[in-house]
Formats: sequence, C-alpha cells, structure tokens
Amino acid sequence: MRLLYFAWLRQKTGIGEEEIAPPPEVATVGALLDWLERRGPGFADALADRAAIRVAVNQDYARESDPVKPGDEVALFPPVTGG
Amino acid sequence: MIRVQAEDFDLGREMAALTAGNHRIGGLCVFVGLVRDMASGEGIAAMTLEHYPGMTEKMLAKIEAEAKDRWPLEASLIIHRYGRLEPGDQIVLVATASPHREAAFEACHFLIDWLKTQAPFWKLEDKGSGAAWVEARDSDDAAVQRWRKEAPIKDR
Repeated sequence: MRLLYFAWLRQKTGIGEEEIAPPPEVATVGALLDWLERRGPGFADALADRAAIRVAVNQDYARESDPVKPGDEVALFPPVTGG
Repeated sequence: MIRVQAEDFDLGREMAALTAGNHRIGGLCVFVGLVRDMASGEGIAAMTLEHYPGMTEKMLAKIEAEAKDRWPLEASLIIHRYGRLEPGDQIVLVATASPHREAAFEACHFLIDWLKTQAPFWKLEDKGSGAAWVEARDSDDAAVQRWRKEAPIKDR
C-alpha cells in the first residue's frame, strides 16, 4: 500500500511518501488511521483530530468506512485551500 | 480543458485560443484568482501552493465534466498554478463559453466554488510571523452547498 501525506500532515509525520504493509485486519480507511496513529508520537499528533483530515483512496475522496487493500494508493491531507 | 502548471498564463492568449473559430459562442465568462498581500490582518510576502499530482488533474476533470453536464458549454478551461507565488500573481483561471451569458456566468461561478473545496491544493503563506498553512473556510463549503440545491439549467 502506498501512502502519501500532504501539507501539515507531511510536516507532522515527517513523511511525504511511503510503502506500508499493514496487517490484514486493517481493511477500512478508519482502521488504517487507527493503525497509523499507533506508530509513534508524530503520527498520534498528526491524526489526533480526525475531522481535520481528508483521505483519498486511489485519488478519490473516501470515508472512514470505505475499504482499503494492498496495492491501493492512500493519501492523507487537510481540507483543501486552493483557488 | 485542464492545466496544472507552475508557469504564469496570458489571459488574452488563452481566451483567444478558447474561442477561436467557434461562432456559436455568445458569452465568455472568466474568473482569475490573484494572490493578496494580506491575510487575517497580517502581511504576506509570498505563498507556496502544494498539490497532489494525479488526483488534482482527476478532480479538475471531474469538476469540468459536471459543469458541462449542467450547462450548455461550448468550451471551458481551468488553469491552476502551483509553487511559489507573490502578491499580485495569478493563481487560477476558470473560463466558460456558451451561446448564452447566463450559462457562462453560472458555470464559471460553479467551477470556482467547486474547485476551492474539492481540488487538492494547499496554500502555505509566508507571513511576517512565519509560514502557516491556510485553513479551509466554512464560507467556501457554504458556497458549494448552494449549487447542490439548485437545479441544472441545461434545459432552460
């Protein structure tokens, strides 16, 4: 699974992009966020406020109940502010 | 048409290319977003726009397709820049051309409202007190909600 982090999520986690292999029970966006949050203080801090985070799976917006699987591209970022 | 680029754009040249040879176009509506020199009462020296290559193009194409589905457009163009920009610089261009002005106006307004809440761009402002990410505004979400309620005017 390819993970991408943007804006302040990249700064807080210290990661722009990584390959991860979460355990098989991590099958939804919500479970993935829970799993990531336990990886260390930077992640716990970055993911503390779930309402402030948007998730895209394979470049489409996703909800916490949506599925994730090996091979997916998952991106985490704050609400967008372009335009 | 969608373009995501670091380079600036020439409004006149873009409009000429967009409408060239199409005499069904009766109205062309253009919105250009510029970098302001103030935010929350504090001066801004520059801002850096980050985006998500791949998803950005996908979302902009989706937004454009939605506009074409809702209004009778002859042509449309979205250009969004990324990278470091300074006050006065152009950030974004949205242009819509239609046989009728109302469709051009509404589609243009729809596109910029929708883009501001859906396209994966983030602004990092370089202020006197340091760099800070711009927070999403509720008013931008409210602007999009308006378009959810209104019926398409394609058949008007």
